[in-house]
Amino acid sequence: MSENSDTNYVKIWAILLVLLIISYLGPMLEIQIVTLLTAFGIAAVKAYMVAKHFMHVNHVPRFIPYLMITCLVFMLLFVAGTAPDVYRDSGDNWVKPAAQWQYMPPQAADHGEPAHH
Amino acid sequence: MRPIATTRSTSGMPTGLLAVWWVVASEIVIFGGLLGSYVMYRLSHDAWAGEAANTNTEIGLFNTFVLLTSSLFAVLAHKAAEAGDGKKAARLLYYTIGGAVTFVCVKAFEWNMEISHGYTITANTFWSFYYTAAGIHALHVIAGAIIMAIVARDAAKNAELHRVELIGIYWHFVDIVWIFLFPLLYIAK
Repeated sequence: MSENSDTNYVKIWAILLVLLIISYLGPMLEIQIVTLLTAFGIAAVKAYMVAKHFMHVNHVPRFIPYLMITCLVFMLLFVAGTAPDVYRDSGDNWVKPAAQWQYMPPQAADHGEPAHH
Repeated sequence: MRPIATTRSTSGMPTGLLAVWWVVASEIVIFGGLLGSYVMYRLSHDAWAGEAANTNTEIGLFNTFVLLTSSLFAVLAHKAAEAGDGKKAARLLYYTIGGAVTFVCVKAFEWNMEISHGYTITANTFWSFYYTAAGIHALHVIAGAIIMAIVARDAAKNAELHRVELIGIYWHFVDIVWIFLFPLLYIAK
């Protein structure tokens, strides 16, 4: 059977559907590692299968996959560069005011005094 | 006479094909940045798991099935175009458009349900991400369907058959984006 026959494409589609069902059923076991593997591991496998068999990335000039990977790496670098801002509330010579902000009800109102003197 | 940009092939591949791959490369940065930000915030905000529990997994599952099936039609259309069968390619592209329409209608139903329960784009950061990511993706689905209709119209006349492959590559990429959005927004709870 040729790689590009209709039957082969339908077979790939059927495998994708089976993987989809597994990614749906996996989290029902309520085991975190199984959820991660069935959800994101299978997503990566499905994406690879679509790219290989439907987009035919194996048959394009070599620079195309390199171009895609370069974009992906630069994007990940930018995400990694902003990660400290998300995960940390303070660092050397910087603080994240929004993370330290807490709602304080006006004290003066409790004593019946005006807020401003 | 055809414009020279559509006929030259200095990169070892047709210019149109190169252009589509450039589009895909730029989309990797757009969607990758969005999904990367989502993952960062999701890992640092435990409360997001509770918010994600309010998304409807079965609807997400159905829409994934629809997009995977539409991708099958797109690749079969490409094969038919390569064989010079424009009519069959056009018919398969119309099936793909049917998948796009189904996807958007289901999405509209889903969003209507969520908004009516108070989960709006301004409810909190999780829902802002949810509507932004799914919304940008849905816009790509709509744009793809419109372009596909134009390509299918020409393909039915056996004209510009090479475009069937180009719109197919774009469509498969839109499918891949959803493949990652599905576990992020519907499965990881």
